[in-house]
Amino acid sequence: MERVAIIGASMTQFGQREGEWILDLLAEAGIDCLADAGVDAADVEHLYVSNMASGEFEGQTGVMNALAHDIDAMPAYTQRIDQTSSSGGAGIYAAWQSVASGASDMTLLVGGEKMTHKTTGEATDVIASLTHPVEYKTGVTLPSFAGLTARHYLERFDAPRESLAKVAVKNHENGVDNPKAQFRKEVDLETVLESPIIADPLRLYDFCPITDGSAALMLCPEAVAKEYTDDYVVISGIDGATDTHVVHEREDPTVMDGVVESGTGAYEMSGRGPEDIDVAELHDMFTILEFLQMEGLGFAEQGEAWKLVEEGYTERDTGELPINTSGGLKSKGHPLGASGVAQGVEIYEQLMGEAGPRQVEADVGLCCNVGGFGNCVITTIMEAAR
Amino acid sequence: MTMDATRYEDGSISYPGHPRGPGGAEPAETIDLSEYTAEVVTWTTSTATPPGVREPNTLAIVEFDVDGEPVRAIGQVTTDEIETGDEVRPVHVEELREPGAGIREPESQAWDGYRFEPV
Repeated sequence: MERVAIIGASMTQFGQREGEWILDLLAEAGIDCLADAGVDAADVEHLYVSNMASGEFEGQTGVMNALAHDIDAMPAYTQRIDQTSSSGGAGIYAAWQSVASGASDMTLLVGGEKMTHKTTGEATDVIASLTHPVEYKTGVTLPSFAGLTARHYLERFDAPRESLAKVAVKNHENGVDNPKAQFRKEVDLETVLESPIIADPLRLYDFCPITDGSAALMLCPEAVAKEYTDDYVVISGIDGATDTHVVHEREDPTVMDGVVESGTGAYEMSGRGPEDIDVAELHDMFTILEFLQMEGLGFAEQGEAWKLVEEGYTERDTGELPINTSGGLKSKGHPLGASGVAQGVEIYEQLMGEAGPRQVEADVGLCCNVGGFGNCVITTIMEAAR
Repeated sequence: MTMDATRYEDGSISYPGHPRGPGGAEPAETIDLSEYTAEVVTWTTSTATPPGVREPNTLAIVEFDVDGEPVRAIGQVTTDEIETGDEVRPVHVEELREPGAGIREPESQAWDGYRFEPV
């Protein structure tokens, strides 16, 4: 099977995009990605749109066909990918499948979400609508799941509350150097620990914001990539998996089987292991999730991730494994359908040496995109084609 | 009112029940968890709740012991004076959140249920 390459990437400004809507955001990222890759819209054979809830947020459906028309990519085959918060990662997987199968020689993936015109409560409810009826009627939200899990983790593994806050501090520090991030502002430990309680023990700065934004990647077979450029990135491993949809039915609240399974599959496909990863983008929608993914992906033993964070192991400039050099969802923002694609954009830029002040030394990168509260997960491993 | 969990052919129990259990096991019987007490596994108090949900909203994941078989459930708690390890019992409530205030179709599900009260 021929390797699948990424030859272009783009990302809009993340944040509050007042007066712009989902179609505007998708078109901006799509056009920028075509330009970055040097590909004519007419040469796009498959066009995938990662989006969780444009119908619920905006009353706009059919976004994939609208985008094909808006960027003049007709008659490309289109499909919308919804896998809740992991729609972006699922889009990478779908785009990879479209190329790897031989069905498409040029696939454009655009992920996006428009959220900020809704109140926090309304947006929270749209996201919580993914829960099972017995969960939904309790008023549980995704942040509530994070609070429940964080308390269990801290009590069980005797981890200090400060270790979670350090994830937020690190990712905000990284976000300062990302011009597309929603928050380019450092926060100190005290600010995080004294911010308002949202779902105790977690506070405001343990959570990512509500965000508008879009991101895109261009995928094609390696042979086609060489017609366009000498410098590209390949997807060497990718896999997706699910866990129980009802969160409390999991045997161990601190283990996300979807992360473990998708990570294992991606490692096996690439012939790589955790020790080979130079840089990683993890789904830090909540600070506790960075710990759970570090452990699920084999970067740390169960209950030990907090120690690595305390030791500085995941720092961008001095750590052995920089995590969330982009600023993560925490600082960059989390437009649901765009986040997994934006993770891919960051790893692509790192491997291409195009990450500017965020640049680390990296030949192999990983992104892990989590849907729901670990309900569905995509792990992708990318490598520089050097 | 009952708080129905499902016991499958293999002896495992889940709340809620599913058309198929572990290993594809078929449902065998229902068990009313409201007749049992449970232990708090973890809890949180949410201060940012969706439309139609009480604020603050204290929630807990609890574990029932049904003849030696563990069964977990999530639910609201009647008080914010709760700790991990506390023993609780289910108490029926007519409306856990306001139907129609949120995104979900009011007719699509039941809105009554159980809160957990410390014993």
